Amino acid sequence: MLEISNLYKSFNTGTINEVNALQDVSLSVGDGSFVCVLGTNGSGKSTLLNAIAGTFISDAGTIILNGRNITRLPEHKRACQIGRVFQNPFSGTAPGMSISENLALAAKRGKKRGLGWGLPVSVVRDLKSRVKALNMGLEERMNTQIGKLSGGQRQALTLLMASWLKPDLLLLDEHTAALDPTTAGKVIEMTKQIVTDYKLTTLMVTHSMQQAVNLGNRIIMMHQGKIKYDFSGEEKNKMKVPDLLSLFDELRRKDQIDAGEALLLSAKHV
Amino acid sequence: MTLLIGSITIGLILALLALGIFISFRIFNFPDITAEGSFTFGAAITASLIVAGANPAVATLLAFAGGLLAGSTTGLIHTRFKINPLLSGILVMTALYSVNLYVMGKSNVPLLSRNTLFTWFEKFSNIISGKDATVNLIGWSVPARDLWTLIFCLLITVAFSLLLLWFFRTNIGTAMRATGDNDQMIRALGVNTKGMIISGVALSNGFIALAGSMLAQFQGFADVQMGIGMLVWGLASVIIGEALISDNKLGLVIAGAVIGAVLFRLLVAIALRWGMNPNNLKLITAAFVFLALVLPGFMKQTKKIKLPG
Ligand SMILES: Nc1ncnc2c1ncn2[C@@H]1O[C@H](COP(=O)(O)OP(=O)(O)O)[C@@H](O)[C@H]1O
Ligand SMILES: [Mg+2]
Repeated sequence: MLEISNLYKSFNTGTINEVNALQDVSLSVGDGSFVCVLGTNGSGKSTLLNAIAGTFISDAGTIILNGRNITRLPEHKRACQIGRVFQNPFSGTAPGMSISENLALAAKRGKKRGLGWGLPVSVVRDLKSRVKALNMGLEERMNTQIGKLSGGQRQALTLLMASWLKPDLLLLDEHTAALDPTTAGKVIEMTKQIVTDYKLTTLMVTHSMQQAVNLGNRIIMMHQGKIKYDFSGEEKNKMKVPDLLSLFDELRRKDQIDAGEALLLSAKHV
Repeated sequence: MTLLIGSITIGLILALLALGIFISFRIFNFPDITAEGSFTFGAAITASLIVAGANPAVATLLAFAGGLLAGSTTGLIHTRFKINPLLSGILVMTALYSVNLYVMGKSNVPLLSRNTLFTWFEKFSNIISGKDATVNLIGWSVPARDLWTLIFCLLITVAFSLLLLWFFRTNIGTAMRATGDNDQMIRALGVNTKGMIISGVALSNGFIALAGSMLAQFQGFADVQMGIGMLVWGLASVIIGEALISDNKLGLVIAGAVIGAVLFRLLVAIALRWGMNPNNLKLITAAFVFLALVLPGFMKQTKKIKLPG
């Protein structure tokens, strides 16, 4: 269970470049929920995920994950509960290290790392069988440097790594956006499989309305640092791509009107 | 032949320096100039302790500890106060200059007729091979003492290389390598990357101080200037090693750094033997490292240009 209340985050506070990336965001996500996060560019989707993961400490508000108040914890102390896949396929794996080593690192996510051997034979066997289940032929290349693999392969491995220890919360930030359509489709298929198999509580940012319609049991739509729409249950199931698109257009139009008004006001008063 | 054996011995001692530079520069991509201060720091600690009558082995290990301390200071300044790596290193290196003078009490501490690790090796040689014995090495007559010294240095360097290799294969060592490779990823997997950087830079300087300590004992004095140019020297060794090995298996890379250090020392000895002015040594070393850093990229570029478009 993830409970976010009244979360705020600004960047470049006090300068002309000030951005209020999160403004009073409250969100409660039940166990096993699969939430698709939609929103215009710059609406604060990544910032929301980063705030939960601890990339930075939020300005105000609280984040409680499975009863643990993580609001002020540094990123590495939250990692025992959270698995992540980033938009950039280069972000989620260590390129100079082998597939085995990367997976072994993930198999100890959030656990104490001591002077035990990093790659015991028994663990390697386990790693190999789970990589085999990806059906990408990577099990024959366990000693290959991850940097030599394609973006899709790396993203598939990152997904495997993030879900390895069944995190309390899985955060996916446009994790297929950098992939070609076929590969993206495969990775989405994998995502669906893993999330349902392990019953993971998931927040998935996506720019694809189609993915949002097909996957998960809830859709939230963000705009200018706020959650503007939240559909779940029957309402979510009835959602079609055109419905979402028209909501999007509506938000954008409002934006333009706001901008026009601001211009008018400044013309009058300055 | 004696010259050759001496050069290899020094090369093996400086291999510890190369391993230290390998950790900071290659694992963490952290150009850590603390090296120049901590090399001397190791020498200063050992020399002062030995003069004060300490056991040489203890004095050597304390040099290692001193290096750890110097390195963690740099790491702390960098991670805690967000000062860039190069500047953090410069601050600690500069501070160490005074610390080293303070530890030594003067700018040069001779170790003549004191008990050092190397007088121990000599004693061992005297017992095993007899006093002033010589050994016939492929037609050359060499003092058994020099040969034993070389063997002990080899053992020490190999032992520390294996220790490093083992460490980097443990869970915590693997996490340390990942920190240098992709810190965002390993933080998301629950590793305190700041702590990793601090301990990594500490370990690096531990090795470097150990090299300084051993060199001081070998040459029979510690000098406050002896660290100058050591970062570039270590880099040259690491780069030669990489050129020789051209493989990314950890064991081979570590072996490469050791072999590179020995080879580089041999090259320098030969150049000096041929009459190169020792004053030019640092200039040529720097030029060498510069070329080694730019040539690979440059060659790629020219290849690209040659390809028909
Ligand atoms: N680290 C940062 N520094 C400054 N501004 C940032 C930073 N991260 C995000 N922002 C700004 O915050 C807003 C929200 O960004 P983001 O959450 O990345 O949007 P998106 O919904 O496209 O993922 C944007 O205006 C962006 O420019
Ligand atoms: Mg984003």
